[in-house]
Amino acid sequence: MTRPFVSALVILIAAVAAFFLFPYNLAFLTRILIMIVLVLSLDLVLGFAGIATLGQAAMYGAGAYAAGLFAIHVWADPVAGLLIGALAGAALAALSGAVLMRTQGLTLIMLTIAVAQICAEIANRARPVTGGADGLRGIRPGKVLGIWEFDFIGITGYWYALAIAGLVFAALFVIGRSPFGLSLRGIHESPARMEAIGVSVYRRRLAAYTLGGGIAGIAGALSAQITQLVSLEAFSFTLSAEALIMLILGGTGRLYGAVLGTVIFMAVHHTAAANDPFNWLFVIGALVLAVVFFLPSGIAALPTSLKRLAKGGRHAGS
Amino acid sequence: MSLLLNIAVDGIAYGMILFMIAVGLSVTMGLMRVVNLAHGGFALIGGALAHWLGRELGLPFLAAAALAIAGTVALAMPLERLVYRRIYGFGELQQVLATIGLTFLMIATVNLWLGSSLLAIPLPEALQRSIDLGFRQLTAHRLTVIVVGLAVILGLWALLDRTRFGIRLRAAVDNRDTASALGIDTGRIYMLTFALGAGLAALGGILGAELLPIDAYYPLRYMVLFLIVVAIGGLGSILGSFAAALAIGLVETASRYLLPDLATIVTFALVILFLALRPQGLMGRAS
Repeated sequence: MTRPFVSALVILIAAVAAFFLFPYNLAFLTRILIMIVLVLSLDLVLGFAGIATLGQAAMYGAGAYAAGLFAIHVWADPVAGLLIGALAGAALAALSGAVLMRTQGLTLIMLTIAVAQICAEIANRARPVTGGADGLRGIRPGKVLGIWEFDFIGITGYWYALAIAGLVFAALFVIGRSPFGLSLRGIHESPARMEAIGVSVYRRRLAAYTLGGGIAGIAGALSAQITQLVSLEAFSFTLSAEALIMLILGGTGRLYGAVLGTVIFMAVHHTAAANDPFNWLFVIGALVLAVVFFLPSGIAALPTSLKRLAKGGRHAGS
Repeated sequence: MSLLLNIAVDGIAYGMILFMIAVGLSVTMGLMRVVNLAHGGFALIGGALAHWLGRELGLPFLAAAALAIAGTVALAMPLERLVYRRIYGFGELQQVLATIGLTFLMIATVNLWLGSSLLAIPLPEALQRSIDLGFRQLTAHRLTVIVVGLAVILGLWALLDRTRFGIRLRAAVDNRDTASALGIDTGRIYMLTFALGAGLAALGGILGAELLPIDAYYPLRYMVLFLIVVAIGGLGSILGSFAAALAIGLVETASRYLLPDLATIVTFALVILFLALRPQGLMGRAS
């Protein structure tokens, strides 16, 4: 039982150390934390429950727009904004999931993309409310818990995002070990057998999709509050695809795999895009192919594979 | 009445384009069980080659189009041998990721080669001429699209129903292992079918450039559209893809005429509703 806590502690120490090591890159570090929350939500949906989706950005965007609009028109309190974002993400996931969870395979993947595109189209058309292609501007979040004000350097933003990411990580850690989490893993392994022992596969998958949507909504809300801007990019296919790539890179079904994959992907993105933003797609395309062909279980599985290799096991590296 | 006829003509032309591009996707998905998100990339490659041959080298339209399609096929064959063959055995998610990776590489390559601006394909005079249909003017190009689309479906039907290759292909779609046990070279069938699908995508990309403009981000922009045709038609069904492409062409054109602001939303909503009621598509077999 101690190993998971050790890895969680290592991640936490690394996050605190990053704050002091890279004081001039706080905006980028905060961006990593937000993406970690999004990728964790995808890990619940895809890694635990095995729902293949390429539209997690739909819920992220819904959370971002909901939190942004809430902050502008109703109440600027950040924590309340996060709750609204989570609600919006969960509501969209429940609504679309009610239909989507009836399908599988290619149809499911395609429909998840389609839902995100519909959302982008609606946000684009509802220009008076969302600002359309210009993005939603003028979000001024209040003090966090009434104490810490958002500053220009992004110190508050970093600790705020770290706290939320830590809470989401802990919540998913508990969920992953709960009967619900275990039943999701069971559904992932064999839906037919879970159905046979009396589990309503459809309802569990819908519940997981809704919960994942809520967490993605939190990620969107965080991004809206910290960058004080929501653009149509929040719904983009690229965001969904990148989140998926980060998850696969780290390894699905493992929480620290999601964290590791996000950090590595974002670091590569940061350096590659800084050198040559146009050819970033070359890097990411090659990266994806390399991971799929040579590291199918992700980087998080590397120690296990190496250990097996050292022992000379028959299934070394698999 | 003339509104209905307008919708019918434009919708059918649009549907034919969708059919040409998506039919290869449907067959490869039905045959190889590969979720190939990079399929639109072949339409992009075809369009980009046609643009380059027509604009930069000044070749006439027909020659440029034929060479571009041949070039796409020539690219698709080694790609199938070297990359896709390894992807067949993967899980669904790995297939999705690998083909997204390929899509990104295709986009980056075209971007590096021709830039990210619109890649127009010059049309010859003969195709730009208008033809009077009585109720409206129609460009010869659009009429060509409809005729070529019909020729493609007839050609595919003849190929699959009347030739030895077609029999083998259908056998491989029905049951890959048995077909291969009976001595059918499924590897070769896969490659030829894949190349055929890529060639048709290139044809559709070139002919459809007027409706679906070609630029580097083409494969991502229209990915859902092509996938919708396949999902609604049912995996592996050519007739299903044809019906689905025409239906989507008509629905989207109709909503573009009648509810211009909501066209995308209406189309997608109908698609989601349809697939919720019939997840296996029009002609797909229930799995």
